[in-house]
Amino acid sequence: MKKWNLIVDVAQCNNCANCTLAALDEHVGNDFPGYAGPQAKDAQPLIEIRRHVRGADEHMDMAYMPAMCNHCDQPHCAEGAEGAVVKRADGIVLIDPFKAKGRRDLVDKCPHGAIQWNEEQQLPQIWIFDAHLLDAGWTEPRCQQACPSGAYRALKVSDEDMRALARDEGLQVSRPELGGAPRVYYKNLHRMNRRYVAGSVVKREDGTLDCLQGCHVTLLRDGTPVAQATTDWFGDFKVDALPDEPLSYTLVFEHPGFETVRMAVRTDAAGNSVEV
Amino acid sequence: ADGTTRHTTNTNGGPLFVYVKDGRIVRTTPIDLDADDAASWTIRARGRSFTPRRQATVSAHALSLKSLVYSERRLLYPMKRVDFDVHGERNIANRGISEYVRISWDEALDIVSGEIKRMKRQYGPGAMAIYQSSHHSWGNVGYYLSSLPRFGNLIGFTRVHPNPDSWEGWYWGAMHHFGNSLRVGLPGPYGIAEDCLQHAELVVYWSSDPEKTAGAYAGSEGTERRLWSKDLGIPSVHIDPVFNATAQLMGGKWIAPRPATDPALAQAIMYVWVDEGLYDKEYVRTRTTGFDQWRDHLLGKDDGIPKTPEWQEPETGVPAATVRALARLWATRKTHLVPGGAGLGGAGRNATGAQWARAMIMMMAMQGWGKPGINLGAMQFGTPLDFSFYFPGYADGGISGELNWTASALHNYVRMPHVLTANPVKQMVPRQRFPEAIVNGHCEGHLWDGMTLEAQFAPYTYPMPGYSRIHMLYRYGGSSFGTIARSGRFVEAYRHPSLEFVVNQSIWFEGEAKFADVILPACTQLERWDIGEWAGAGGYAHDAQAQLNHRMLVMQHKCIEPLGESKSDYQIFLEILNRMGLGAVFSEGCSELDWCKRVFDSSDLPKHISWKKFLEKGYYVVPPAASEALREPPYFRWYAEGRKKDAPEPSPLPSQYAEEFGEGLQTPSGKIEFVPTTLQRHCPDSEERPPLNRYIPSWEGLQTKELVARFPLQMVSSHSRYSFHTHHDGKDGFLNALAEHRVRVDGYPYWIINLNPDDARRRGIGQHDLVRLYNDRGAVLCVADLLPTVRPGVIKGYESSAEVDFIQTAKGMVDRGGCLNLLTSDRRMMKGTEAMATSCLVEVERWDVADFAAV
Ligand SMILES: Nc1nc2c(c(=O)[nH]1)N[C@H]1C(S)=C(S)[C@@H](COP(=O)(O)OP(=O)(O)OC[C@H]3O[C@@H](n4cnc5c(=O)[nH]c(N)nc54)[C@H](O)[C@@H]3O)O[C@H]1N2
Ligand SMILES: Nc1nc2c(c(=O)[nH]1)N[C@H]1C(S)=C(S)[C@@H](COP(=O)(O)OP(=O)(O)OC[C@H]3O[C@@H](n4cnc5c(=O)[nH]c(N)nc54)[C@H](O)[C@@H]3O)O[C@H]1N2
Ligand code: SF4
Ligand code: SF4
Ligand SMILES: [Ca+2]
Ligand SMILES: [Ca+2]
Ligand SMILES: [Mo+4]
Repeated sequence: MKKWNLIVDVAQCNNCANCTLAALDEHVGNDFPGYAGPQAKDAQPLIEIRRHVRGADEHMDMAYMPAMCNHCDQPHCAEGAEGAVVKRADGIVLIDPFKAKGRRDLVDKCPHGAIQWNEEQQLPQIWIFDAHLLDAGWTEPRCQQACPSGAYRALKVSDEDMRALARDEGLQVSRPELGGAPRVYYKNLHRMNRRYVAGSVVKREDGTLDCLQGCHVTLLRDGTPVAQATTDWFGDFKVDALPDEPLSYTLVFEHPGFETVRMAVRTDAAGNSVEV
Repeated sequence: ADGTTRHTTNTNGGPLFVYVKDGRIVRTTPIDLDADDAASWTIRARGRSFTPRRQATVSAHALSLKSLVYSERRLLYPMKRVDFDVHGERNIANRGISEYVRISWDEALDIVSGEIKRMKRQYGPGAMAIYQSSHHSWGNVGYYLSSLPRFGNLIGFTRVHPNPDSWEGWYWGAMHHFGNSLRVGLPGPYGIAEDCLQHAELVVYWSSDPEKTAGAYAGSEGTERRLWSKDLGIPSVHIDPVFNATAQLMGGKWIAPRPATDPALAQAIMYVWVDEGLYDKEYVRTRTTGFDQWRDHLLGKDDGIPKTPEWQEPETGVPAATVRALARLWATRKTHLVPGGAGLGGAGRNATGAQWARAMIMMMAMQGWGKPGINLGAMQFGTPLDFSFYFPGYADGGISGELNWTASALHNYVRMPHVLTANPVKQMVPRQRFPEAIVNGHCEGHLWDGMTLEAQFAPYTYPMPGYSRIHMLYRYGGSSFGTIARSGRFVEAYRHPSLEFVVNQSIWFEGEAKFADVILPACTQLERWDIGEWAGAGGYAHDAQAQLNHRMLVMQHKCIEPLGESKSDYQIFLEILNRMGLGAVFSEGCSELDWCKRVFDSSDLPKHISWKKFLEKGYYVVPPAASEALREPPYFRWYAEGRKKDAPEPSPLPSQYAEEFGEGLQTPSGKIEFVPTTLQRHCPDSEERPPLNRYIPSWEGLQTKELVARFPLQMVSSHSRYSFHTHHDGKDGFLNALAEHRVRVDGYPYWIINLNPDDARRRGIGQHDLVRLYNDRGAVLCVADLLPTVRPGVIKGYESSAEVDFIQTAKGMVDRGGCLNLLTSDRRMMKGTEAMATSCLVEVERWDVADFAAV
């Protein structure tokens, strides 16, 4: 049985908001009986771009994560919904706009915050994977069609194939600790939930400062190397995808022309920069 | 299958399918090409093949179109200010204050045509001014360079002459070094993307954010190509006080100079090149003039100050070591420079804008511009399309018959013979000086005219002998508060007693529309017929389609009937002219659809597709050049190789060559001039635009100490990410849902400014707090979005709010619509020019709800 999955590459997203706008365009003022009621003109978008800032200087990093209903295989939102939440055979979750009328309680059932309350229609609403369009023959949801950077990949494959793909490509789901078995997967999620250490190395010769290229950088944790890097033309290096917790590391800088320098760092913030 | 009909349209952000059901727009989507459409090109580079995705990608603003059509801010009926009586008391001082009442079209058109006649009778030629903005809804028939000048020319009007807003530094500065006046001082696009992918080893983005601007009009077409260059491992450097969207996507090195200090940074890079011999000596010797003088200036032989990386550091804030590393990397690698999204660049629109743009050309001259891998533009420009296929661009004048102020004479006129129109009124008012013209009764401007390098030196004055002062304003659109420097000036102008009548023809009730006596409601592009080529600007941006992956000619269907009593602009003009006996001259008996057909027939389209098929399918994709050998060679390669020019552009005009036609450049020497002859001839002693491109710090920057003491933050007012200037902003549209565009506080959607978290903390400002941004010129309420993407000391906001909403508060008058141009300076970038330079210093403070209380 082939089912729908969505893969979103965080590193590919340029925050253009086309997907968010496509979802508004699709639902504002449009009624799709059996799928979704019309959204009001100032509705919250059903696809939200989450922004994550790491670091605070020239080494900083900005990443964007389009977030929407995960179309969970064990949807928390279905618990106690008395049939208002429908899990389709093709993996897609729908909130029945008829049965869910007035069910504001459903909004809080989703641990991912993916349900928007439609005050006008008294309806809880999610991004429906554009099921109404797929059912009418579309081959991809609108977010993917509107995305200029190729950040989206909607795939209709068997669960086994999807598991294999997730393994091969290092895909992750958003907040796995919440359970529910999401069908929306992310690539390069470390840009949202891992820390980095970066820095610049300069040399001083005859009182003149210059960027030091080719300096070998080793990151040690408890004396064990966990990552290596080499400085570029600007003397810059970056070690990314470190655990998302404050940890102490030692940085070792080695270059044939200079004495080795050691330095302690702590990953107190999502992005730490050092000047050497 | 779902009962919808699929139409097509074209926007400033790309073409769209428009799905309509029961007379209502259901959805708009980007256009996916199908198997019948022409094949796509392939670029082969470094052992790989790159073919673009088969889609016309769009910008965010395009996808908000439906919300603009159904906006509650639509003007659906003609209106009159309640206290305006055309035969009695006009209450001019109440413009912008009083409410409006609905009137009939008959009454509205009678008033407007009656006032036009009265102006002629009472004051004579020139008493009516027509004022439009720089942009418009897409299409060759309805465009502001098409129906509007045709209408105006048949009556006669004082032209509100635009400044070259997009190009300032290039027009008033850079073009003197290398020519290209017909491109307003920008380089051409041909072959650039291919050259970059095949040869470039570094891309320097300088004041450049094509992920945001899409160059101009190009949807999201550059994104995929930029990702190819990233895939190939071509590294990038981003020089911008803001860690912009392109830097965020592409990664690489972010270098953040203080705003408007870039010329110092550029000089230090060039100093390193001279000091270390890292420049193309052969090219400089054979292809340029004046280098010795420039070299001596860099070394400080003329003024005792070597322009070292250490020299620039206190000015720009960029470490000297970084500058040296960049200079060496740039010179030892084949480098593409991208100034602005595709040319242009905010750095060219501030106090040092001309110095910066000049420096960009000088740097290219030192590195051998035109040699493989060494060029301007990188991936935003220069795809291998077929530029020989003819379709008129919007600046080619549409149906105007206007041969003087559009490129019609050069392009479309002979292919689509139509009644020639000419404005008998020679009087002009510079757009940026419009308020002074009204309030003081006189002003001076300088020409924007790309025919020659010298046209810009000609001053003109208002009023012009033989013509009347302006007593009536025909305002088309209403963007001035959002987009014109120190725009608060317009309030006084609109309330000046000499301005006896103001009519505004707009789609939405916003901006200056609220300052009119009579409002004529125009419909959106989806409610009328039009035709146009995607990104086909024509005129000064000849072959701007070179930003696209596929050339696309689009039928812009009338998708729905005009809402309310709104009418197309064309129809409004026609009905006014009917009251003057000029209707048939204007229309030539043609409906808008007839005109579309005439434009179609004037192009190369009929050779490839029938009118019926085109109408039905809605678009046509121009096949790319049939073989790689037929592609345009990279721009300036001919120049680097000392051959005759081989770029398919009409510039320079034949008259512009000093020696032989087609040999060398438009400059008097025919070469790239480090110290331009035209500046030596026409402003040799200018302190602000000296022939030798010295670094002159901003007249409103960190060196203006007295101002800095009160207003310590430098404001960068760059182009909006999500709206196209004021178009698509506000109006309760979809963009209001984007937290980086507007954020609601107590239900009111405020404009966003970015502030460095350190600067915010010091002022007690938290995330999404309401703040008051102010200086001596005005005050604007915004919502603060704290981000380290702006370097400390800098505030970044977008330039172009559509909403202006003055309110009286405990702290005086503030605008809570978000018009940051209320704060910018209207000083000309340089004396002797008409260049806008929006540099300004501001202070920001937390806004307390109690501050709203009016005293
Ligand atoms: N501070 C600062 N200021 C700047 C800049 C900057 O970088 N910083 N940039 C400058 C630049 S480059 C530019 S190009 C200008 C742009 O400035 P403008 O050209 O003034 O801005 P637009 O929003 O494009 O104005 C278009 C107007 O036309 C109206 N309009 C659109 N379509 C139609 C139509 O079909 N019919 C009618 N009747 N009206 C229509 C819109 O509603 C809007 O009022 O801003 C300049 N101002
Ligand atoms: N989405 C969108 N796209 C547009 C437009 C729009 O309004 N919205 N407008 C179109 C038009 S008319 C034009 S002219 C083009 C304009 O295109 P550009 O002129 O390229 O756009 P800007 O945003 O003004 O400037 C680009 C970058 O310059 C930076 N910058 C500003 N001042 C300085 C400085 O002093 N030094 C340096 N190094 N960088 C600086 C800004 O931070 C910004 O990231 O865009 C076109 N495309
Ligand atoms: S993400 Fe939330 S709303 Fe969507 S299926 Fe899972 S629990 Fe339900
Ligand atoms: S459309 Fe694509 S690139 Fe744009 S915001 Fe959405 S995911 Fe990101
Ligand atoms: Ca597709
Ligand atoms: Ca051509
Ligand atoms: Mo512009």
